[in-house]
Amino acid sequence: MRYAMAIDTNKCVGCADCVVACQTENLVPHGYCRDWIVEKVDGTYPNLDMIFQSERCNHCDNAPCVRCCPTGSSHIAEGGIVLVTHDECIGCGACIESCPYDARYVHPDGYVDKCTFCIHRVDKGENPACVDVCPTYCLHFGDLDDPNSDVSKALKDRNWYVLAPEAGTDPQLYFLR
Amino acid sequence: MKTRRQFIKISTAGVGAAALGLQALNMKGVNLLPDKFSGDPVSDEDLTPYPTYCEVCFWKCAGWTFVDKKGKIRKVVGNVKDPNSNGRLCPRGTGGIGMYYDEDRLKTPLIRETKQDGTQYFRKATWDEALDRVANKMKEVKEKYGPEAFGYFNHGNPGTHLEHLMRAYGSETNAEPAYAQCRGPRSAAYYATFGAYIGSPENTDIRDTRCLVLIGSHIGENMHNTQVQEMSMAIDQKATIITVDPRFSTPAAKSKYWLPIKPATDIALLMAWIHVLIYEDIYNKDFVRKYTFGFDQLKEHVKNMTPEWAYGITTIPPDMIRRTAREMAGHAPSVVIHPGRHVVWYGDDTQRERAMAILTALLGAWGKRGSLYLPESKHLPHFPQPKYPEPKWTWKDVNEGKYPLATMGITTEVIKASIPKYRYKHQVKAWFSAGTNLPLSMPDKRMFQEAIDSIEFFAVMDTMPMEVTGYADVILPEATYLERYDFLRSAQNRFPSIALRMPAVEPKYDSKPGWWIMKQIGERLGLHDYYNYNDYSEVIDWQLKQVGSSLDEMKKIGVKTFERETGPLYLGYNEDFTFNTNTGKVELYSTEFQSAGFDPMPVYTQHPEPPQSHYRLIYGRSPMHTFSRTQNNHYLWDLQKQNTVWVHPSVANMWSLKHGEKVWLKNQDGAITDFPVEVRVTERIRWDSVYMVHGFGHSDKKLTRAYGRGASDEKMITKYAMDPIMGGTGMRVNFVTFLKDNPRKENKEDKA
Repeated sequence: MRYAMAIDTNKCVGCADCVVACQTENLVPHGYCRDWIVEKVDGTYPNLDMIFQSERCNHCDNAPCVRCCPTGSSHIAEGGIVLVTHDECIGCGACIESCPYDARYVHPDGYVDKCTFCIHRVDKGENPACVDVCPTYCLHFGDLDDPNSDVSKALKDRNWYVLAPEAGTDPQLYFLR
Repeated sequence: MKTRRQFIKISTAGVGAAALGLQALNMKGVNLLPDKFSGDPVSDEDLTPYPTYCEVCFWKCAGWTFVDKKGKIRKVVGNVKDPNSNGRLCPRGTGGIGMYYDEDRLKTPLIRETKQDGTQYFRKATWDEALDRVANKMKEVKEKYGPEAFGYFNHGNPGTHLEHLMRAYGSETNAEPAYAQCRGPRSAAYYATFGAYIGSPENTDIRDTRCLVLIGSHIGENMHNTQVQEMSMAIDQKATIITVDPRFSTPAAKSKYWLPIKPATDIALLMAWIHVLIYEDIYNKDFVRKYTFGFDQLKEHVKNMTPEWAYGITTIPPDMIRRTAREMAGHAPSVVIHPGRHVVWYGDDTQRERAMAILTALLGAWGKRGSLYLPESKHLPHFPQPKYPEPKWTWKDVNEGKYPLATMGITTEVIKASIPKYRYKHQVKAWFSAGTNLPLSMPDKRMFQEAIDSIEFFAVMDTMPMEVTGYADVILPEATYLERYDFLRSAQNRFPSIALRMPAVEPKYDSKPGWWIMKQIGERLGLHDYYNYNDYSEVIDWQLKQVGSSLDEMKKIGVKTFERETGPLYLGYNEDFTFNTNTGKVELYSTEFQSAGFDPMPVYTQHPEPPQSHYRLIYGRSPMHTFSRTQNNHYLWDLQKQNTVWVHPSVANMWSLKHGEKVWLKNQDGAITDFPVEVRVTERIRWDSVYMVHGFGHSDKKLTRAYGRGASDEKMITKYAMDPIMGGTGMRVNFVTFLKDNPRKENKEDKA
């Protein structure tokens, strides 16, 4: 089993609904977020291109944040989801430094926090909150090993790219062009 | 003597203490939330869902409010059965709980008082005091001038409860900015052409279209939920999108063709498209022959309106005009010429909307799959009540014969009628407003101020302190939509649906549901027969039982859908159909406009150009905010705290403006923004224009997060162009320039 997400940049309008849905679902404190939007504009008027990317933890197969964690609180759970055990985290911030995607932050309560792919929902067979709220249906989640999962179907026959491939992290967010 | 109504910024503190107090409050607002969230996410099974529909905008998406075991609201999620949301709320709806948790909310009734030294302040009052004050004033106005002199401004659900009270009291002197400051021209134009209005949600069949044409419409920046969802489906279906906009908008980036038009020239482009369809003989002949009136006149009218003619006006090359017209014709009738929503731009907006309606007709893109479908909504019988009294005069008489095709009150006219110097025959003496923040939704702030100084009384019902509440004599704090019953939502759509809004929790603080507030006032006025119930849930239950449901059922399902009763969604092939116009046909040539003395077919007129060193101010929406209503909502504030002024790099270069630099804007009439605004240097805007998101630059300090963030576009809209047909206020006729130094610096030093 390998959980992953595909993000269709042709459809995303950058509304940040995924950001708020994550905040209310996961009680993310105000001023922090686990997912965010990047707007990319290319060209000069009037020959322009623009896409939005809904970004979050890449749940890397080769996760530097897990390798550098001195307490073992950063770990890879079933299905490849990268998690932080809050009780074991000392908030040293090594993982934050190591992450090429800037996906982690120190929670006001002292531990490091990040996207969990809404494991509490996924365990019950539901989608992450961001996926289910998206008004453009541009987020696709599921098991890459299952050819019938939403993410597998979304990746089929489409071109995609990943972020910072040069970092060698083997990220599991796939951006569809 | 009546004292001049000062705008009250701080409720109880003296002016000297205000600045310090505000800073402390600001820090508190950010760090020490009374409702601080902590703990782990829980499964939906451990939460209790209560049905609601959203009040953050007018789309009214139905959903569920989830409450945890401690009685705290955790989240709002869409109802999958709801055709307005399909189970997915937009960011504002998802962040709607921030309205409930906002610690800046109006917490108790407030009454304006004047100290001996003349300074004014709001005093906390009991409900009885506040309601008595409003009811007594209403009695007084009725005796002195008649109930008609009590004008009111309404929007959304709270506005509907206000309207019921005022109609029972005897006044129909009302206006809502949603008409003359928003979609009025569209109503007049489509009614004149098709004999039918474009309702809300718009009956655009975007889901199944082959070609979506957006004239300045920015779906995806407006989060008109169903349309955003359907545009995404259209992208999946590889539909062609054509976007006409001086700005590289979000949908422009998803379009096959983006036409970066020179602002204020859209009618020329539309007429040239019509020219191409007719003179290349690619219009929908079946539709035109069977259903339309005035084709020959139209053909003659557009004879010289060639793409080459339009090129000089619009800056869109002729081959691009031809190519896009042919693309539309190729997909006809599966084309949506989107009628837009906020369409009051240049004062000839009804005619621009007419051109869009005519284009729609030439493509046969009406009543066909992928065009404009035939919507249906469920009729809900009215709860029994006596007939409303007949007022001696209404908003219509305020217009004194102007704007003959207006179908709703015109905000600027009701405001003008409140100012004695304009010598209106029917004078407005007092105001009531609910659900609309007039100072930030109206052009010409000076006129608003003059009216405020003239009226005898102003009552405001709202959930938040807003610019408008600062001018009130009595403030009635309404409970948020998550804490109250409201009327049933009956939405027009592909099939009818109704939705229930019920309280998920008790109202916070000393706020009360809008229906309760208005009922209390009504009873004080002896209008018991119009309020023949103890709780609004009785009204809802009665209505539901008339349509085969009940409150109990709706509490479980939230949304109920019904089969269509008016026949199929689309017209059959060659089906006979009588349109509700003078000729019974789709009027390419408008007999209604002709007899009212207006151009029966649209004519392009040139609009003023920006003066030297000035740029046309274009404004629009951001997906994270609604009007000027949501900027203080902590969730939405987190997403977007301020607006920016978009400036093309060549202009930035000329002015040596850096990205992120703060500037003040000054318009052609010398008006200056209250606050500086950050420059966004971007290729996404034309060099002759600047762009701002509407709704920012709040000047009410009681909005601790939103205060002073960004600049108000409305403050720059001192000028407006009246639409002679229906009274719309065209607001894209203002030009701004940049001030790099604080224009009020000198004043500050004086005070120090």
